[in-house]
Amino acid sequence: MTAEFAIFLGLAAVAITAAVAMLVSRNAVYSALFLVIVFLTIAVLFLLLSAAFIAMVQVAVYAGAIMVLFLFVIMLLGSENVESEPGHRWQFATALVLSYALIIQFIIVALVMPSETADQFAEIAEGFGSPASVGTLLFNEYLIPFEVTSLLLLAAMVGAIVLARWERTT
Amino acid sequence: MTHILMLSGVLFTLGTLGVLIRRNAIVMFMSVELMLNAANLAFVGFARSREALDGQVFVFFVIAVAAAEVAVGLALIVSIYRNRSSIDVDMVSDLKG
Repeated sequence: MTAEFAIFLGLAAVAITAAVAMLVSRNAVYSALFLVIVFLTIAVLFLLLSAAFIAMVQVAVYAGAIMVLFLFVIMLLGSENVESEPGHRWQFATALVLSYALIIQFIIVALVMPSETADQFAEIAEGFGSPASVGTLLFNEYLIPFEVTSLLLLAAMVGAIVLARWERTT
Repeated sequence: MTHILMLSGVLFTLGTLGVLIRRNAIVMFMSVELMLNAANLAFVGFARSREALDGQVFVFFVIAVAAAEVAVGLALIVSIYRNRSSIDVDMVSDLKG
């Protein structure tokens, strides 16, 4: 067992534990904080997979901006504990059965995946996943999708303002 | 690679489970974010094993789209809360026959 695999196992344990804790905690603020832990462990996994730039984007955008937005809305609405009674038993049971089916499918797919380099990662070129190399690819081959992304963000911003503003009914 | 796909699958399944069993709209939304992140993890894993950077560029786009989606989704939740003072999804059942 290499050191990298040991680190991976530790990170995976932390991520899965935090995800489960997010699902079961009754208070939405705790859920949000556990989700931050998941995002940070995934960022470290990105580093392990030599994706340095994406790891930084993950921390800045997900753990930073998106989670702040979530916490802001939770506290704005004061909706930490809005959960109604558990309700339908059969719904919960169905969800569990379906999740088991899904996870078994995932594991089967992961196991039968044709893998020339199944578990052994080849040596990677210097600078793979660095901001410079990702930027070169992004601004050459993916320039048009990149520009379209800016339009999408503008549309999302306008949409969010329109949806969330106060209606003056006078 | 196999174990990264497995972790990605487990996290995705936990996100699905969260959408299915929780009633709080914000927690359901956070579960969707978890699913997106699991998919990103698979993308980066494949980028590493194929030694192609395209996967990482795709993750960049997924993160940008997720940011837009969160902005609009949370605005929708705020709007729903204004109209019925609750974000319990069981309360939003006007279309139920």
